[in-house]
Amino acid sequence: MTLRIVPLYPELLSIYADRGNVRVLEQRARWRGLPVEVVPLALGDSFDPRSADVVLIGGGQDRDQALVAEALIAQVPALRSAIADGVPVLAVCGGYQLLGHRYVDQSGRDTPGTGLVDLETQAGATRLVGNVVVDVDLAGTRHELVGFENHAGRTILGPGVAPLGEVIVGGGNDGTGTSEGCLEGRIVGTYVHGPLLPKNVWLADQLLAWACEHRGLPTTLAPLDDQLEDVAAAAASVIARSERR
Amino acid sequence: MPGHVFLRLAPAGLSKLAAELTDGIVAVSATNGKTTTSAMLSAIIGRDQVVCRNGAGANLMTGIATTLVTRPGNATIGVLEVDEAALPGVTKQLAPSVLLLGNLFRDQLDRHGELEMVADRWRELVATLAPSTTLVLGADDPVIDGLAGNRENVVRFGIDDPGVSLGVQDAAADSTFCVRCGTAYVYDEMYLGHLGSYRCPQGDHQRGKLDIAARHVHSDGIRGTTFRVDAPDGSTEVSLPLPGLYNVENALGAIAAAYALGIPTAVAADRLEQFNAAFGRFERIAVGDREAVLLLFKNPTGANEALRAINNDVANTQVVLALNDRIADGRDISWIWDIDLEDALTPAAHITCTGTRAAELAVRLRYSGVPAEQMTTVAAPEAAFDAAVAATAPGGRIFVLATYTAMLDLHGVLADRGLTQPFWQEQA
Repeated sequence: MTLRIVPLYPELLSIYADRGNVRVLEQRARWRGLPVEVVPLALGDSFDPRSADVVLIGGGQDRDQALVAEALIAQVPALRSAIADGVPVLAVCGGYQLLGHRYVDQSGRDTPGTGLVDLETQAGATRLVGNVVVDVDLAGTRHELVGFENHAGRTILGPGVAPLGEVIVGGGNDGTGTSEGCLEGRIVGTYVHGPLLPKNVWLADQLLAWACEHRGLPTTLAPLDDQLEDVAAAAASVIARSERR
Repeated sequence: MPGHVFLRLAPAGLSKLAAELTDGIVAVSATNGKTTTSAMLSAIIGRDQVVCRNGAGANLMTGIATTLVTRPGNATIGVLEVDEAALPGVTKQLAPSVLLLGNLFRDQLDRHGELEMVADRWRELVATLAPSTTLVLGADDPVIDGLAGNRENVVRFGIDDPGVSLGVQDAAADSTFCVRCGTAYVYDEMYLGHLGSYRCPQGDHQRGKLDIAARHVHSDGIRGTTFRVDAPDGSTEVSLPLPGLYNVENALGAIAAAYALGIPTAVAADRLEQFNAAFGRFERIAVGDREAVLLLFKNPTGANEALRAINNDVANTQVVLALNDRIADGRDISWIWDIDLEDALTPAAHITCTGTRAAELAVRLRYSGVPAEQMTTVAAPEAAFDAAVAATAPGGRIFVLATYTAMLDLHGVLADRGLTQPFWQEQA
């Protein structure tokens, strides 16, 4: 009954320290005595829907992302089957864009995405860069999501897709500073890195709880002493709010 | 300021003062690296002669006058760095025997246009330069290389190594259009910014033949760089205790100027290997009967190099980690999760996290396996440092890893206490 964390193509999709997200999930499972294993999917490998309890898709450089898109699209049927089975997905920055139908870059070149979520992204004229704070309502509980964004993409959600949260500080999905990310079932997409999970452990634990449920383990996680994480999150929030763009 | 008084009393006296240095003056100017290059050159010359040298804070006319007025009585040669804009006026007064011009970069984005203005003034200066002055030029910069014109008495230095080329053009590149016809250069190699090996497709200008060239450049991370320098008087392996291609350019400039002074390349290269660590790079500072070792870290590669370097010595020591997120450090601190921190610091006695993002370091350490009782978070770098010193037994060592502005702050505190010099005044 080992929990399996599966980062997709981490050698190409790990630009903003995405491995921090993997590390946080792994350690928080281990500290609770849950057997856990990180099983990265490499280019050329086939994704096995029965082998994963949580899937992570990070961000890459533009060039790498185009390379990865093709490989990733080939895994879509298997990914859909895992998602239908209750496997959570965390997609950050470039990974978030890959969730959608397409990414259109500055020159107008159209790179197809996985279409796992009804959204699409077009490159904007400027990059949205800076500290961010997002107000998230997750299953009836309000949380503050803190981190850093750095993206040229402007992401438009389809009519049936809910954002992950409302922007307090930052550019958000499209630079207007209104909505940020997407949340569809157990698929979480966001532009927030920093990395995301070390300062937002409530989200890490939600992903773990879903992963446990998928693996048939108890979904109530033992509490951890998160004093350091809470202080870091509070400090990041103060810094972000002081430089409200 | 004696220089100020001197210039008022004897406005033309600077040239007379300069002439008192019997072996002449080397004037060094560039946007980047003039302090390091002149420090390196002083280190090379200083074994044989007493050098009159100024610092970064004294590179305008009055500062140079002060340096000359207050020089050691037995100084025989001057190595003076000169501000780019002040260079034409200063050069006329100093009549240097060697003029080293390294590079011209746009200093800040909002100062666009200034580069061309300085370049024009430098062109006028070179046109009126005494034929006896040896011009030492950083040929990797097209604007600098173009200054040579048909002049004889020129020594060109540069890097010649496809292995360290960026492959793609650096977004920070400034001068990429032919200085003669304005056509965009084709770069066969590009090292940093607009420095590289370039040619005009119209055939109007290309990098001149290098007299002093670095080949087989190998970076050993934060510990330094090795390369082979090929010069008219032979080839020598150089092991430079400073990281980065910037410092290869600086070292080449110093070697080229030394060559112009008649110092054999092999001798210059050998003396460079003893060059003192620059600001925050393995700087060792005595703190009473303890020793602090300062290491700058600003990206995962550098941090990994630093951690590897202290790996054998870190057991049972106090470690201070300082992370700031100011602009010079980088606002995004995600990169600390790309440091190979797992197990690297667990042998330390205690780790104190400090800086504007101290809490993020503590979280990073927690997930790397450091137990809570082995670390503390202290907001102020000075207090963090003092706590680490207090917890260190006499004869012991404290390792400080800090991002740029955190290092600057801490260095300032140590300089105020008289434990080290302000870094721009450090003599090699």
